Parts: sequence; C-alpha cells; structure tokens
Amino acid sequence: MPGDIPALAARLRAALRDAQVLTDRQQLRTYECDGLAHYKVIPALVVFPHTAQECAVVVRECVVAGVPYVARGSGTGLSGGALPHADGVLIVTSQMRRIVDLAPQDERAVVEPGVVNLAVSKAAGPHGYYYAPDPSSQQVCSIGGNVAENSGGAHCLKYGFTTNHVTGAQIVTPDGDLVRLGGRAPDPPGYDLLGAFVGSEGTLGIATEVTLRLVRLPESVRTLLAAFATTDGAGAATSAIIGAGVVPAAVEMMDALAIEAAEAAVHCGYPQGAGAVLIVELDGPAAEVDAQFIQVERFCQENGAFEIRVAADDAERALFWKGRKSAFAAVGRISPDYIVQDGVIPRTALPQVLHRIGELSRERGIRVANVFHAGDGNLHPLVLFDDAVQGQAEQAEQVSTAILELCIEHGGSITGEHGVGMDKARYMPRMFTDADLDTMQLLRCAFDPDGLANPGKVFPTPRLCGEVPGRHKGAHPLQEAGLAEVF
Amino acid sequence: MAGGRDHVRDAGPMDAIAGVPARYVAEPASTQEAAAVLRAAAAQDLAVVVRGAGTRQDWAVPPRRLDLILDTRRLTGVVEHAAGDLIVVVRAGTPMAELQDKLAPAGQQLALDAGGTVGGTVAANASGPRRMLYGTARDLLIGVTVVRADGVVAKAGGKVVKNVAGYDLGKLVTGSYGTLGLIAGCAFRLHPLPAATAVVTRQVDTPDEAGQVVAAVRAGQVVPSALEVNAPPDGPIEVAVLLEGVPAGVAGRVEVTRALLGGAETALPDWWSRYPWGSGDVGVKLTAALSGVPALLAAGRRVGAAVRGSAGTGVLYARAAPEAVGELRAAAHAAGGHAVVLTAPDGLELDRWGPVDGLALMRRVKAQFDPDGRLAPGRFVGGI
Repeated sequence: MPGDIPALAARLRAALRDAQVLTDRQQLRTYECDGLAHYKVIPALVVFPHTAQECAVVVRECVVAGVPYVARGSGTGLSGGALPHADGVLIVTSQMRRIVDLAPQDERAVVEPGVVNLAVSKAAGPHGYYYAPDPSSQQVCSIGGNVAENSGGAHCLKYGFTTNHVTGAQIVTPDGDLVRLGGRAPDPPGYDLLGAFVGSEGTLGIATEVTLRLVRLPESVRTLLAAFATTDGAGAATSAIIGAGVVPAAVEMMDALAIEAAEAAVHCGYPQGAGAVLIVELDGPAAEVDAQFIQVERFCQENGAFEIRVAADDAERALFWKGRKSAFAAVGRISPDYIVQDGVIPRTALPQVLHRIGELSRERGIRVANVFHAGDGNLHPLVLFDDAVQGQAEQAEQVSTAILELCIEHGGSITGEHGVGMDKARYMPRMFTDADLDTMQLLRCAFDPDGLANPGKVFPTPRLCGEVPGRHKGAHPLQEAGLAEVF
Repeated sequence: MAGGRDHVRDAGPMDAIAGVPARYVAEPASTQEAAAVLRAAAAQDLAVVVRGAGTRQDWAVPPRRLDLILDTRRLTGVVEHAAGDLIVVVRAGTPMAELQDKLAPAGQQLALDAGGTVGGTVAANASGPRRMLYGTARDLLIGVTVVRADGVVAKAGGKVVKNVAGYDLGKLVTGSYGTLGLIAGCAFRLHPLPAATAVVTRQVDTPDEAGQVVAAVRAGQVVPSALEVNAPPDGPIEVAVLLEGVPAGVAGRVEVTRALLGGAETALPDWWSRYPWGSGDVGVKLTAALSGVPALLAAGRRVGAAVRGSAGTGVLYARAAPEAVGELRAAAHAAGGHAVVLTAPDGLELDRWGPVDGLALMRRVKAQFDPDGRLAPGRFVGGI
C-alpha cells in the first residue's frame, strides 16, 4: 500500500539494523530542520545507511512504497534543501564518513558523502595538498551536502566551486540503482551527468561516494586587511584590483554593522571606526604573490584605505578570517533574529546595490548588515529583526525579498551558494521563464519521473513527466519554400 | 521575414556531414530564427545536425539520418562584454579567434585553447594545453541559451560567475555533440591576459622518465598553466611547461621550473596545441588518472602511436593505426580513464566510444530532450 510508513519502517528494519531506523517522534523531531531553522517539518522516518548498498536499498524501498525521501548530510544548509517531508523518509548520510582513498599521486581523494569538508584538507595536508572549496561551515558541513548544493566559499573566486572539484561520483539514482559517473580521469565519454548532478539539491539522487580534486598547497599565502571609511571606497579598491588583472584567492568585504557584530562575538580587533573592511588574500608562487601584493596594497591606499594590516603569520591570518567566517552567527549578538540572504550581482553594480539596500533599510526601519564575497558579487545581507516586535518579521522578510529583486534587476542571481531549496523555489519564476524551468525539469523527469527525490525543492511547480510533445511524422513532403517561410 | 529564402538552400556536396549528405541548409541569424527553423524541422520530422565552422564535424559517428544542417555562420557576435565583471555573452556561431580579438583590447581572454566556433567548442568539449590551469568549457561556461528539438528556447545559468539557481544545463550540453539541442548563446567567465609567459622544455628518452619529470613539476609549486608532453612513435619525448603571470613572477618561476624539470627555457614548441593527427588518420583521445600517464605513453610506444597532450591533467591525444585502438583502450582503462576515437576515416568500423558509465540515464535524458531522436541521430554514445 503506497505511503504505508509502518510497513516501510518494518521493511527497512529487516534490511538494515534496528538502530539505523528511527520512528520515535521525539527522536524524529531532532531532524525537523536544517540550517534554515525557521522551516520545520518532522519526517515520518529517519534512516542512517552505512554503505552505498544500504542507501540504494532504502531508496528502492521508498520507490516500492511510493514514499518521498530527502537526503541530509550535516544539516548545515541555509536554503531548507534538507527540510524533511512530513510523509517521507529522511536519509541521513552522516554515518558514511570514510575517506576511501587518498591519492595525492592522482591529485584525488575518494570519500563517502558524510565526510566533513575540512577533514579532506586535513588528510591531504601532510601530502602537500588540500581541498579548495571552503564554505564557512567547513568544520561541520559534509561533502555530500556540498555536492548537492554546489557549495562555494571565500576562495571560490580563484578556485571555483564544488562542481569544479568533483571528478567522479557513485550515486543512487531515484530508481534505487547504483551508478558511477566520472572517476579519477577527466572528460568521461557521454553526457556530463555528473556536472548536472552537482548542485541539483538532492532532486536527482543521492551521492554515495565522491571523487574530489586535490589542489597543491600554494608556496605563498599573503593576506591583508584594509579599513575604509565607506563601502564605496572598499568597492572601488576591489574594482581596481580586478581591473588590473589580479585574481586574488579571495576578496571579502564587511560593512560597519557586520564589523560591530563580529567584534561583539569574536573580538577580532578590526580597525576602529571602519565603515568597511576588505580582506584580500593572494596565493601562489612566492615571486608572483609578492609582485601582486604590492599592487593590491597600492590600490587599497589609492582608494582611501586609512589602515592596512598585513598578516605576519598564519595566526594573524586566522584572526582576520575569524571575524569574516563568524559573521553570520555573530549578528546573533546584536539582534535577536536575522535572515541570512544570499544573492549575486555583477560585481560592478556593487555601489548602486549597496546604496539601494541602505535606502531599503532606512525606509523600513530594518537594519541590514552586509557581508560579501566582493570579488564575485555574491552578497550576504543579514537582515536583522526582533520577532517579539509586532510586524518586524514581515518587514524583514519584505526587505530580504526586495534585496533579491535588486539582484535580479541587475542581471544577477537569487542564490550564489546557498541553493534554492525550499526557501527560494518561489523566486525561480522571477529569474527564469516557464520554458527555462520546464527544460530544466526535463532532466528531472529523466532521473526521477515519479518525483520522489526531495520533492518541493528548487522548482515551484513540478512538471508532469511522461508527456510526449505532439508528433508530426512526415505527413507532407518538404517544400523548400515551407521552410523558408520561417525567416 | 528579412533574409527570406537566401538563408535556406538546398544542400550541396560540400555540405555532407562525415560523409552523409544533407538535403537542406538553414542559416538563422538570431535565436528566434533558429527556433523557427527547429519548429519547422519538428513539424516535418527532419533530422538536424548543427554546424559551426565545421572544424570538428569529423569527430563522433556519422549521423544515422540527415535532412537539415542548421548552420550557425550568421548567429554571431558579442552580445555583452562586461570587462569589469570579467564576463562575456556571445552568440554561438562566433569564431573563437574573433571572440579573443574582441576581448584582447580589454586585456582579457576566454581561457580555452580551441578553434572553430564558440558553439562548436562547447558542443564537442574541445580543450587544449591550458586546461590545466583554467579548466575546460564546463568550468568557464556560466550561462547558456539552448533551442530545444521542439523549437522552445530555454536558458540556464546566467551572466554572473557565482550562481547556483536551477540545474546547470550548460554542463549537460557541453560535449553533447548537438544531440540535446542547439546551443544558441553562451555566457563565459573570462580571465585576464597574462602580462608575461615563458616555456621550459626538456627532452627525455622513455615514458618512465617523462612520468618522473612530469611528477616533479606537479609536486612543485610553480602553478603551470600547461604541462604538455609530445611523444612521437619513437625517438625523444618532449615535456613542456607553460608559465603565465606578471614578469617578475614568471622570471622566478622559470628558474624553479628549470630545476624541477632539468630543462631549459625555449620558444613554444611547434607541436603545441595541435592534435597529432591529420586528415584521414585515426585520432584517439586518451584519458587517465594522473599517475597513469606514463602507462599511456608506454602503450603508445608499443603500438607505434604518436601521443601528445596534457600530461598535467591526464588527457592525451594519439594518432594510431585502427588495429591499435583496442590496446590503447585497454591501457586507458587500466589507468582509470577512457579511449574515445574522435576521428576516423569514413567507412571505417570502430567502436568510437568504448564502455560508457551511466548510459541508461543518458538515454533517458535524450528521450526527454529529443523524444523523436531527430537531433544528430546516432552521432553520440550508445547510438544516441
């Protein structure tokens, strides 16, 4: 009988071990949300597969039972991508956390999906390699989640995103089959299904093993922190750096309110009175980095930096980054509630967009702290509010939405790295036409015609699969003029 | 409409695709015109092959059926070059060389070593030596406009470098050989043109020695833009390293690379960025896990193949006798990679693709995008 959860639980317990299947309501509640905690749904079942085969068994049983399922790694996602389905199974991959093979000679690591992002770099470090994508949550977020969300991080300006660092995967398809896509070698023959899979937010299947590219550690890393009176100055310095052909490993900006929050939370000691700080990091061969670092310092000075600190060692570099990487959590110190937004604009539109965000903030009486990857135009406005104050949550939500609209107006995106998930599915039609969304869902229909893999995420309206467009089989001999009419 | 029948014509003998004659050629000048052509082709059940400059039309299997060539020669031009944002939006028929000429005055480039048109480069997933630093089309393509088999125009991605909204259809059509739709327009991430470049080369005698010097360079921290190898059927093997950057930086890195490689600074070798085959040869793309590159070179020597390519990424190209393909394929598989026959003389029976993981899923994708199987039928893996 479709949707019969007790029967499904019994079958899963028979196939796995008892302890791998949770049915107790209180235990299930632990998994009611991911990192976007204001959406809460208690799943009908939680299952912890230990192997790819077990994961495939779980999916197959779900298919047989007609029950939807959602995959979850560490649950740090910020778009509700791992929000459970009330009548579905939550498949938690955190028990699959083996580094299967570390192969510096191939510049690859093969890992299970529950492996924590930073663990890869820690394992590869002694061999002189690291894993480049570094989301702020890298101490806890999982590789499986990174693959689902195509996670970025501060250093993706130079090194790219998860999708640029995954060369292979074993996945459980929504039919419950284990399929390998890619491997250690590049350019496997056929469609780049791996490229389509990475970032599909769990709607095309579940990764059970991932082959990652390892990057040689740079010879030199140099980091500076520059303080400006205004975000305009910091933005102009960024433009000058990029315009000169420098490709920094990272260019990060924080505005006054974000700095205030970071100071309150982690005492990072950023320069007093700064309206904006810029963290610029260069890495690579020492000779290259040294030459470009001088340029970067000059661009900061020329654009009004009133203080420039150069990290003398790794400890000082870590302190620069501590303020930045803790910024999201830090605003909790200055506001009871907040929304973390994630939008993208063409980098050159930064000054206009920041001014407009300032206006929105003043008009609505809602404070906005700005943290962003300035090098690639990825904004993370933190919209602050107090849920205890009548109407503030709605006001904050409106400001947050207006910021996304600004991103779209400027030719940007509604998400740069957090994903669409549950949270932004409704905005997809503002960025894409019906035809665009319909075409994307052709891929979903190919993988998951029943729509059981993470339903309700990414797309606001599911496409009915199995529709075959009207066929017009050669009824008429072609006349050249008939074709010419189309011009 | 403007243009009229001048831009639809009967196909001539020169229009054959991999030896298969076509009936008609259409040359749309806009995405809308291309959509109208594909709608008309759908209505008449015409089999369609897209053609750019024809640079790589000998790659892949000849089409099983061919009625209409959709030629992109008029679908050209840069739509937007936002230099400050390091992006370009370009129509698919634009020649790569013309695009680079347009970008160069701003000190920028599309960091893809490939000729022909933009659309052809993406559709065939062509790449060259500098893939080691910059990646391939899949890494540089940030947005795509596609016209489906039914004439529906759809886009994915956008024109910002960082964007995870929706499925990445750009990757799906990259390397799809025109079997999923017409690539009508592309948005790319750009890179600055380097202020300085230098090449360091070394000759060695055996595949093992080549493997050792390649590994030495990879283990160094000089960040080459390319690490290439050229192994003729016999005689010395040449290893070449391309360094790009600021003048002071490149000068320092040349010294380090010379020490790592045991070589000398030279001009760019004449074989650089050229496939080791000519017209009428069998040309094979060989891939391997990085540690398997010496084994591929050794297999090449055994069968008398000329092997050349990116030792730094595990992507090599070979000119081989038809009967050598099996042994090269076995060597590639043992090394964790594949052997794909990119080009072969018309009429030669060869397994072009070898085994393909995920083929059943690929067939399902094809069935969704092109249910009537009219786009480049038979050209792709598994008869797709």
